[in-house]
Amino acid sequence: MAATTLAPPPETAETFLDSNEIVLNMGPQHPSTHGVLRVILKLDGETVLGADCVIGYLHRGVEKIAENRTYQQFAPYVDRMDYVAAVSNGLGYCMAVERLLDVEIPPRAQAVRVILTEVNRIASHLLWLGTHALDIGAITPVFLCFREREEALKIFENYCGARLTTHAFRIGGLQYETHDTFEKECLAFCDLIEEKVKEYHDLLTGNRIWVRRTKGVGILNAQDCKDYGVTGPLLRAAGVEWDLRKVRPYCGYEKYDFDVPTAETGDTFDRYIVRMQEMEQSCRIIRQAVGAIPEGPIKGKVGKVIKPPPGEAYVSIEAPKGELGYYVVSDGSLNPYRLRVRPPSFVNLGALDKMCRGMLVADVVAIIGTIDIVLGEVDR
Amino acid sequence: MEELLANPYIGPLVLTVAIILVFPLIAGYIVLAERKVLADLQVRLGPMRVGPYGVLQPLADALKLMIKEDIIPARADKWIFWLAPVLSTFTALTAFAVLPLSDRLYVADVNIGILFVLAMSSIGALGLILGGWSANSKYSLMGSLRAAAQMVSYEVPLGFATVTAIMCAGTLSMQGVIQAQLERGVWGAFDNYGLMLIPAVLFIIAGTAETNRAPFDLPEAESELVAGFHTEYSGFRWALFFLAEYAAIVVISSLCVTLFFGGWLRPFPNVEFLEIPFNTVFPAGLCVLIALGCLKGVGKQVIFGFRIVMAAIAAGFLGAAGLFVLPVTNELIIGLFWFAFKLGVMVYLFIWYRGTFPRFRYDQLMDVGWKWLIPISMIGLILNGAVQLLARG
Repeated sequence: MAATTLAPPPETAETFLDSNEIVLNMGPQHPSTHGVLRVILKLDGETVLGADCVIGYLHRGVEKIAENRTYQQFAPYVDRMDYVAAVSNGLGYCMAVERLLDVEIPPRAQAVRVILTEVNRIASHLLWLGTHALDIGAITPVFLCFREREEALKIFENYCGARLTTHAFRIGGLQYETHDTFEKECLAFCDLIEEKVKEYHDLLTGNRIWVRRTKGVGILNAQDCKDYGVTGPLLRAAGVEWDLRKVRPYCGYEKYDFDVPTAETGDTFDRYIVRMQEMEQSCRIIRQAVGAIPEGPIKGKVGKVIKPPPGEAYVSIEAPKGELGYYVVSDGSLNPYRLRVRPPSFVNLGALDKMCRGMLVADVVAIIGTIDIVLGEVDR
Repeated sequence: MEELLANPYIGPLVLTVAIILVFPLIAGYIVLAERKVLADLQVRLGPMRVGPYGVLQPLADALKLMIKEDIIPARADKWIFWLAPVLSTFTALTAFAVLPLSDRLYVADVNIGILFVLAMSSIGALGLILGGWSANSKYSLMGSLRAAAQMVSYEVPLGFATVTAIMCAGTLSMQGVIQAQLERGVWGAFDNYGLMLIPAVLFIIAGTAETNRAPFDLPEAESELVAGFHTEYSGFRWALFFLAEYAAIVVISSLCVTLFFGGWLRPFPNVEFLEIPFNTVFPAGLCVLIALGCLKGVGKQVIFGFRIVMAAIAAGFLGAAGLFVLPVTNELIIGLFWFAFKLGVMVYLFIWYRGTFPRFRYDQLMDVGWKWLIPISMIGLILNGAVQLLARG
């Protein structure tokens, strides 16, 4: 059992008055902690004085498992971390090993990787939107989002046979050639999402209750974000234009024309808007990429046995939830000597206490929703 | 037989027993309707397994709840824990006593009927508070504290809206209010040159809050407080709370329909030539349409028993259509039909809210109540009073 070390509450009117504080345990079995997150809340009435996260209920020792698997064998494990964005995880891992091997990835493989990763980004954001709205009490969007997410999963299913934990990429490129209707499906998906995002805006953005529940809630400004190492939509909502696809392009992202949506205040509403715009931007990328998939091989020159030379590599990509980094150390053997993951959910969750202070109980679930965590990735 | 009917106690007694026996079933079907309507809003099908299109689901649910293990938390205050759901259900069902279901179907027509309903729904809040308190759980406690604050805040605008309607009708008796609307030839909501719409709308909003329904369902906010005040309840006690909630919805909707939408009166009650279309064609046509829909569904059912159920429902609605066509029976049930129809529209509205709106936050709920609803309801009262004074002398 983790020790509950709550910092002293800030000097506010509530703490000045002599009122009874209660400690409320939220989770690990709770409808809106998105899995098995446990939050220990210190409350004064309904006001939150502090929030302590207890994690590890889903710990599987993924990083240790990596040391006992060959490079190829470990690839499917990464899908089980952020299982909502399995494709992004696979991409990050493959790129890290490819950097160790120093292989060239054919442009065709690059383009397909970009398309699948962006489709996955939309799927991940749809799941976030649905559950986030559900936490705030709007029970309908979750079903609409799942309806659209289904189309994304169908693309994965048609491409590689799996829907959730796809293992779509291989070290060195792709395993499968794209199927005949791949381009058509992706374009139809973009049309659908662009139409449906408008529908979500109609349902939520103009809703006064939604705006009141999200504006000014869980503010995390740019400085706080940097202090906590928070990345992804949370950082962009605070006004920092930081997107690894732009600032450190990989997979040929520099070829595509897209914007990095940002907002100013960094509250829950801004993060909502940023993610909604990101879905539209992803559609733009998919359209450009689908229009120009080059011909050629789908796999670089990688042998059947992967035995990288001794050394280390760190690769980070812009996953839907933030900066996803893989640090791989090779000792020249078949297995990684050490593998370390920098999971965006875990790092972003660190700012929960900061965001919750002074808010109400109802805001805590909104804030957990807006951080967009996946416990598989937090606990690994 | 004649003597029995003439006895002033027999009729109300029979109706009371009937309400107590039948209402749980009605509540069960309101739940089914809610699940179906929500499913429709959310691109789902809803219950489909128990009976054709899930029409027997409420019975299955009731049976399940009755045979579930009865759990009382070890550190709960047993007596209060036992009392709370009983209190909630009792008060909610008692309020039915004065509801004018039709021109001749009511338990009692007391001269303070409206006051009685409001009093009963207030005491119902006590059940929620006690239930949350006695469970000795923090989630329950927070849920019941919210319930207490919410009930107190929203009873004020609800009261003001009711007062405005009473002022317009000039009586506190439920039947009297409807009679007044008949005499003035206009529904309460559109009286005073449409100014009565203000209290009517406020009544619906405050009534939603009073019954703890979305977007004001903070006492049981499932995403924050697990289940709020009834977190620790299970089995039949939980079912009683559920029953009380739906009874409260029906009571508040009935009150709204009575005060503002003419109760059991048909639309435009004083326009003679609408008598046939509204009182015969519309209800009979509605029943026939439903029956046809059911008949169409018969063919789709694979299981023989389900086909019989569908056919029986169709036959029932065709029979009802026949009742509406016959003048003798029509006179008996047309009031009940219009009351139930308006009630259904209100309940649909409640379900629609739930499917569409996010939940308010605690402080925002108080904000809306005290800063908006109460001032507006007061203004509505004064405006209507002034207009009434000038117009009616």
